[in-house]
Amino acid sequence: MMQNRNNNSLSQGIDWLIVWLYAILVCIGILCIFMVEYRPGIDVFQSFIGGKTNYSKQLIFEGVCIVAATFILLADSKLFTALANLMYAFGILLMLSTFVLGKNINGSKSWIPLGGGFNLQPAEMCKMFAALALAKYLAMQETDFRNLKSQLIAGAIALGPAVLSILQNETGLALVYFSFFIVMYREGLPPALLIIGFSFGVLVVATLLLEPNVLAVILTVIAAITIYALKKQIKRQKGILYMIVIIWTVCVGIQRFAVPYIFNNVFQCYQSTRIYSMVGKEYDCSNNKSAIKRINDKEKAAKKPDDYNVRQSKIAIGSGGLYGKGFLKGTQTRGKYVPEQHTDFIFTSLGEAFGLAGCLAFLALYLFLLFRIIRMAERQRSTFSRVYAYSVACIMFFHISVNVCMTIGLFPIIGIPLPLISYGGSSLLSFTMLLFVLLRLDADRQMVLR
Amino acid sequence: MVVLATKRQFCSSKDSYFPYLHQFNMSVINQRRSVVIQIIFGAVFFIIVAQLVHLQVFSSKYKIEAANNAIYAKRIYPDRGIIFDRKKKALLENTIMFDLVVTPSETKGTDTLALCDLLGIDTAAFRKKMVEVIIKNGRVRPSVFEPLLSAEMYAKLNENMYKFPGFVLSERSVRNYPFNAAAHVLGYIAEVDTSFLRRHKEEGYEMGDYAGMTGLERTYEKVLMGRRGVKRYIRDNRSRIQGSYENGLYDTTAIAGKNLYASLDVELQQLGEKLMTNKVGSIVAIDPKTGGILCMVSAPNYNPNSLTGNQRRKHFSEMYLDPRLPLLNRTLGTMYSPGSTFKTVVGIIGLTEGVISKSTAISCGGAFWGCGNGRPKCLDRGTFSLVNAIAHSDNTYFATVYKRTLDQDKYGSPDSSLKVFNNYASSFGLGSRLGVDIPSEKRGNLPVSSYYQKIFGKKWYSCNIISNAIGQGEVQTSLVQLANVMATIANKGWYYTPHLIDSIEGGDTYDLLKPYRQKHYTSANVADSVFEAVQDGMQAVMEYGTGAAVKIPDVVICGKTGTVENYYRGEKQKDHAFFGGFAPRNNPKIAIAVMCENAGFGAQSAAPIASLLIEKYLKDSVRGKQRQALVEEVAKRDLLPKLMRIALAKQDSIRQAKLNAELLPKNKEVADTVDTEEERPDSVIKSNVKPILPVKTSIPDSSKPNKPVKGAAVLPSKEKKTVIKKQNKV
Repeated sequence: MMQNRNNNSLSQGIDWLIVWLYAILVCIGILCIFMVEYRPGIDVFQSFIGGKTNYSKQLIFEGVCIVAATFILLADSKLFTALANLMYAFGILLMLSTFVLGKNINGSKSWIPLGGGFNLQPAEMCKMFAALALAKYLAMQETDFRNLKSQLIAGAIALGPAVLSILQNETGLALVYFSFFIVMYREGLPPALLIIGFSFGVLVVATLLLEPNVLAVILTVIAAITIYALKKQIKRQKGILYMIVIIWTVCVGIQRFAVPYIFNNVFQCYQSTRIYSMVGKEYDCSNNKSAIKRINDKEKAAKKPDDYNVRQSKIAIGSGGLYGKGFLKGTQTRGKYVPEQHTDFIFTSLGEAFGLAGCLAFLALYLFLLFRIIRMAERQRSTFSRVYAYSVACIMFFHISVNVCMTIGLFPIIGIPLPLISYGGSSLLSFTMLLFVLLRLDADRQMVLR
Repeated sequence: MVVLATKRQFCSSKDSYFPYLHQFNMSVINQRRSVVIQIIFGAVFFIIVAQLVHLQVFSSKYKIEAANNAIYAKRIYPDRGIIFDRKKKALLENTIMFDLVVTPSETKGTDTLALCDLLGIDTAAFRKKMVEVIIKNGRVRPSVFEPLLSAEMYAKLNENMYKFPGFVLSERSVRNYPFNAAAHVLGYIAEVDTSFLRRHKEEGYEMGDYAGMTGLERTYEKVLMGRRGVKRYIRDNRSRIQGSYENGLYDTTAIAGKNLYASLDVELQQLGEKLMTNKVGSIVAIDPKTGGILCMVSAPNYNPNSLTGNQRRKHFSEMYLDPRLPLLNRTLGTMYSPGSTFKTVVGIIGLTEGVISKSTAISCGGAFWGCGNGRPKCLDRGTFSLVNAIAHSDNTYFATVYKRTLDQDKYGSPDSSLKVFNNYASSFGLGSRLGVDIPSEKRGNLPVSSYYQKIFGKKWYSCNIISNAIGQGEVQTSLVQLANVMATIANKGWYYTPHLIDSIEGGDTYDLLKPYRQKHYTSANVADSVFEAVQDGMQAVMEYGTGAAVKIPDVVICGKTGTVENYYRGEKQKDHAFFGGFAPRNNPKIAIAVMCENAGFGAQSAAPIASLLIEKYLKDSVRGKQRQALVEEVAKRDLLPKLMRIALAKQDSIRQAKLNAELLPKNKEVADTVDTEEERPDSVIKSNVKPILPVKTSIPDSSKPNKPVKGAAVLPSKEKKTVIKKQNKV
C-alpha cells in the first residue's frame, strides 16, 4: 500500500506494524461489506470495480484515503502543531455550515452533500481536529493542567464539537468526544472525576432498572451505613456529615428528577426507548415531550419502535456459534434481517460468518492496535504527540467498544461506526487521517513539538 | 520501572533501539495511569468477549431463531399413488388443477375490475377476499385467492394474466375419477383439520395438507401419500426467497406414492351402480378363491368427481344433508337382519350337529307350531326336505332345525347350545369385524345367552329366540359378511378375508396386506357333504325355487333369497329384499350378496341384480336382448323407501318455503295485490319434485336423533336449517 519511493524522509521511523494492521482491518471491512451485499450469481470482479455496490464504493474511498495518507506522511510534523487551532476552527465552521447546507440522512442533518452521491459528515472529521487542538493546548508551555482553569478550557475544546453534534441530532457522535476525558485523565485530570462519572453512570442504570422508591431507600440505607461507619470521624469533623448528606441529596435528586427529566424532555422518544430496551424495560412514549409535541403538531403519531434491531443483531451473532457459518454463508446476513448491516451493524456479519473464533481474533486485532498506539504514545518526547496518540487510542476504543456493545445488546443503539470496517467514506477517511497523522508524528518522535 | 518492563513485551524488537526517550516528560503517576487506561481497555474488551461467549456458545435460542427467520422449508408434495382395478384400468388418477394465487404486496397496477369480471364477483367481494388473505397470510407471502379453478375459468384467466400483476396461476394435483364409479370404495381426500392433526401427531402432517379421509384413500394413506420432500430456501426479512439453503445439502426429495392394484372389476362395479339406481341398498361380490372384492356398490352413490374441484364444499354439504345418506357405505357401515339368507347357515349347523340329515322332511301347515304360537308363518304348505326347504325358503323347516339345535340335551342348556351355534356362525365370519380394508366396518351381531337372560330371565328357552332361525331376530350382519358367508359355502369351508387391494406396487412394506393372505377355516366339524347338501338346496333355489325367474341357462348358480320384515320406530316398513349366492357351483368364481332396502321380495328386486352381475362377471357381458332389457328395467325401477321420499319432499318443501320467504318482500314491492299464498303451488311444481306424499304428521320427527332399528330407513340424524339445492334425482 505504502510504496517505498526510496524517499527516506517518508518511510523513516514509520511504524509499519500499524500500517499493516490498518491494511488488514480495511480489507476485513471491505470483505464484510461484500458479505452483506453479496448475492449469488453476480460477477464478483465486475461489481467490485463497478462502483455501484457499497463495497466497490468503499474501495474507491480507500483509494482516496491512500492519497490522503500519502500526503500526510509527506507533510512536516510541525504543520500539524502549527495548523491545529486553525483546523479546529475550520472543523467547527464546517459543522456550523451543516445547519445551512446540511442534508437530512436518517433523521440527522449532519451531512454536507459533495455531489456525485457522496456526502461528507464534518462531525467525523472534527474528531481529529479536536484531538489536535486538545494536544496543542495541553502541550503549550503556559498550560498547567493541574489548575481548574486549564482543565475547563481543555474540556471546552473537547466538548465544543459534541454540543454541535447534539444540535445536529447525532447524539452518538457527540458521545465520542467524552472519550477525551480518558486522555485528560492520562494528562493529570483528578481520578475523582472518572469515579464520579462512573458512579453517575451506575446511578442512571440503577434508576432505569429499579423502582424510584426502592432506589431511594437503598441510597438512604447506604448513606446511613456510611454515617454509622464514619461516626468517629464525623465527631471530629462535621464537614464529612454535610458531605454525605449533600451526596445523598444529589443522588436522590438525580434518580428522582434529573433522569426522568432527561428521558422525557431531552431525549427523543426513540432514544429513550432504545436505552430502556437495553435494560429490558419498556419506555412509555406518552411521557415524552418530543413525542407529545409531534402528536400535537399533527405529524404522524409517534410510532412505537421496538428492539427489532438489537434482537436481529443478537440473533445473527448468536447463530454464528463457535466457528460460524462460513464466509458468505450467513443466512441472517443474506436475508437482510439486520438493518444497517453494512454500516453500524457490520460486526454482525463477522459474528455470523466466523463465530466466536472469528470475533475473538478480530477483537484481538483491535486490542493489539490500541495497545500498540498507547505504547506509541508513551514513547513520544513531546506532549503534543503523546496527547494526540492517546486521543487516537481513546477515540478508536470508544468507537469499537460502543459499536460492538450495541450489536451484542450491551449498549443502547447510537449510530456510531466501527472504525475502518463500517461502510462510509467520512468515517474511513477520518480514521485513516487520525492514524496517519499519528504515524507522521511518531516518525518524528525525537522532535519536541509544541 | 516494573511497568516499563512489562510494557516492553508489547514492543517489537524494532523499537528497542529507541531507548526510553519518553521518560523525560513523564511522572511516575502518569505512567501508572497509562496502565490504568490499558486495564480499562482490557476490561471492556473482556466484557465484550464474555457477552459474545454467552451469545454464541451458551445461548442455543439464537440458532433456532435464526433458522426460523431465514430458512424456509418448503414441502414438496409427491404425486399420490394411483389405484387400478383388476384389469389395470385406473379407478382414479391425478390431474392438475389451478389455484389463483395472489401476493397482495405486488398487486399494484392490477386491473381489478377486469379480474372481478372474469371471476364473476363484484369489487366489494374482491376487497373482502383480499383483506381475508392479508389477515391470514400477510402481504408479502403468496396465498390462494381462488382455489381449484374450473377448466373454463382457467382458460379465461390464463389469457389475461398479464393484466394482473401479483396474481399467478399455480398448479395443484387433485384426484380425478375417470369411471365416475366406486366412490364409497375409493373414498376421498380432504384437507386435514385440527382433530386429524391431533390424532396423527407422529405422522408429520401439517395444516393445509391433504390426507385420505375415507375408503381406500384412508386405509392405504401411508402407501398412497408417498414421502414428502423438503426443500430449504433462504428467505429475506420480507419473506422473499433468496435461493436454496446450502445448495440443497439438507433437502430431501419427494418419493411418489405407490400404486395400488385392486381386485375390483370396474365394469362390474359400473353395472352394479347402474342397477342400483333409485334404490337404497348395496351389493358385494367376492372372488371366493382369493377373497378379493369384485364389486362393492352402496346406493345411493355419488359421483366421486363432485368431491374434487372448487364445488367440493357445496356438494359435500348437499350430500351430508341428503336424507338418503349417500355418503354412508351400506356394504359394511350398516347392519341388517339377514333374513332367509341366514337359513343356509342354520341348515349347515343343523346338519353338522346331526339334528337333521339331508333327507329329513318336515311339513308345514302354514305356520310353525313348534312353539305353540304359530310363528313364524310359512308361505307354501307341504312337506319339505332340506333341499326343497331351502329352495322354497320354508320357515317352519328352519325354525324346527334351530329349535332342535338349541334343545340338544348333550349341551345341557340353551345357553351352551347357543354358544355352540355361535361358534359355528362366527367361524363363517359373522358377529365380528371381518377386517375389510375400508374403514368404519360394522361388527354385525350374534346374540349371546347373557343378552337373552336379561330379557327372558335365566330360564329362557329356544322358542324365545326362534326368529333367529330365519334371520329375523337379533342376528345382524353387514352385507360384506353375508357375501363372505356365500363365499365360504362356495369354498366348502374356508374363506379369505374380503379385501379390495390385491397388491401394492413395490411390495407391501407396511404389512397392510398380510391379513388377506391368511386362509380362515370354518369349524372342522362341518363336513363337505354338509356343504354339498346346502349347495344342492341353493342350486334348487335357482332352478325351481324362489330364484328361478332369474336363472342363467348355462351357469349353475347357487343362491338364496331373503325378504326381511323390518320396523321403523315400531311401524312396519316394506320388507328389505336380500339375495346371496355364488356361481358356478363346481368352480365358484363369484360370491355375491345384494340387498335393497324396503324393496319387497328378495326374489323380485335383489335376485335379478345378482343374476345380471353374475352373468356379466362370468360371461363378460349381459347376453341377449331379453337380459339387456332386464338391465334397463331393473335400473329404472324406483324402489326408494317411503320414509326417505317423505323426508326428501319435506326437505324440499322447507327449501321452497325459504325461497318464498325470500321472494316475499320482492313480490310486495312489485305488486301489493298479489297474494303470495297463491304462489306456492306454482313454485312446488317448478321445484321438479313430484308431490307424491303430502307432509303428514306421521313423518318421523327427524329433529330428534333416531336409531336405525333393524336396518330401517336411515334418516339424517339432525335437521339442518340450511337450505340446499337438492339433486333432482327423485
